[in-house]
Amino acid sequence: MEWKNTADVVIIGGGIIGVSTAYYLAKEGMENIVLIEKGTICGGSTGRCGAGIRAQWGTEMNCRLGIAALDIFEQLDDELGMSVGLNQGGYLLVAYNEEEFETLRKGMVLQNSLGINSRMISLKEAREICPGLSADDAFGFFFHGRDGHADPFLTTFAYLEAAKKMGVTCFRHTTCTGIVVEDNVVKGVETERGTISAPIVINCAGAYAQFIAKMAGIDIPNWGERHEIMITEPVAPGVCPCMLMSFSGNYYIQQRPHGSIICGMSPEGHPEDFEMKTTWNFLEEMSRTLVRLLPRTKGIRVARQWSGMYDMTPDAQPIIGETDVKNFYHSTGYSGHGFMLAPVAGKILAQHLAGKTPDIDFSMLDYRRFARGEHIRESNVV
Amino acid sequence: MPDSVGKKDQIYVCRCEEVTLEEIDEWIDKGYDTVEELKRVLRVGMGPCQGRGCQDILMREIAKKTGKHISEVEPATVRPPAKPIKIGLLAEGGEE
Repeated sequence: MEWKNTADVVIIGGGIIGVSTAYYLAKEGMENIVLIEKGTICGGSTGRCGAGIRAQWGTEMNCRLGIAALDIFEQLDDELGMSVGLNQGGYLLVAYNEEEFETLRKGMVLQNSLGINSRMISLKEAREICPGLSADDAFGFFFHGRDGHADPFLTTFAYLEAAKKMGVTCFRHTTCTGIVVEDNVVKGVETERGTISAPIVINCAGAYAQFIAKMAGIDIPNWGERHEIMITEPVAPGVCPCMLMSFSGNYYIQQRPHGSIICGMSPEGHPEDFEMKTTWNFLEEMSRTLVRLLPRTKGIRVARQWSGMYDMTPDAQPIIGETDVKNFYHSTGYSGHGFMLAPVAGKILAQHLAGKTPDIDFSMLDYRRFARGEHIRESNVV
Repeated sequence: MPDSVGKKDQIYVCRCEEVTLEEIDEWIDKGYDTVEELKRVLRVGMGPCQGRGCQDILMREIAKKTGKHISEVEPATVRPPAKPIKIGLLAEGGEE
């Protein structure tokens, strides 16, 4: 592919956020969009994620983004002309104590006020939704039927293929080495393959976004946190049709339509980590959780384990918007839920850059909120 | 000779996930010319055998179509466990 020395916008990062942003910018009529990726498309956090999509959040902003993303996911196959593997089996949230129950109940009230039809359900109903569930020690359950999951690979590639058709150029194996800034205005990006001049640069580098930001002299509180995950061999459907999730129980489990069961948990102590290593401890602990919750999984085989990074921020909400360097934008820090929010994240930033009023006002996601102490921590994160 | 010889839509490169040579060639032509990307878009090599049966064929096909030497084609990341293990066994710390 022929190299480009100039572009109207350069996007850094070939994960779902970068690719969806490229697609919506092209849809808004922007031309000469170049996306650069240091490895391969979908090779970082997106391709390693648990693939869940949900609107059951604890902060108003995450709820608004979550339900708007679901609205887009529900018609994405038609829009992009390729299946994204959407499967809406719902999210079943399990509370194990009164305090957690109260947090989730407050979340439900907030969600309901924003048009998200989540509800409190009984153990009996939880067992109807998730047959074979063993949760006698649970305090209560919440459910939202429109939640579920989509295939992160297919979603990213569907956005990419649709973006390419609209003229977006994508350079893989192209590492960003610098951000060109003159008089506090962004002028382009430097890469291992050469410089691309551009009046707008968007940092969608996930857990690496902090390093890209620093190239322009911008400090963002953003770090990588390694999370482990595993998947089983495919088995007959019905083992765990919903996403079974608990924040205090520290697990998420779901069977994909393909038959494999995918599940993960948070690492102890939430260490900052950029190593994609896997541990035997995780395999054992996750397996114990599975056998306890869904005893009939004990005969199913684990096919593969891996890890990926949550691109964290102090409040577990994203950083979206312009920086102190003019026309240098960020869309990052999705804190483990970038895949599920990507459709709306790409859309609202593209609307803003096209001079329109975005569907959701994201001004509160400005990165300076942390310095101002205005951030509210999201509670609903595994 | 059987009718299937030379018919790419009937040649299964990945038997676990039922991926044909035709699908692989189609996506390489679209620019998905790494094992990691083909794995993600087609699930080739993601079944219970973890690519033991198909990865060499896949790498050879990439080399052939891109004009690279096979030594320049990166294999997929090896992910544990080495072979599928029952959850019940893992939960008991590896002792049955």
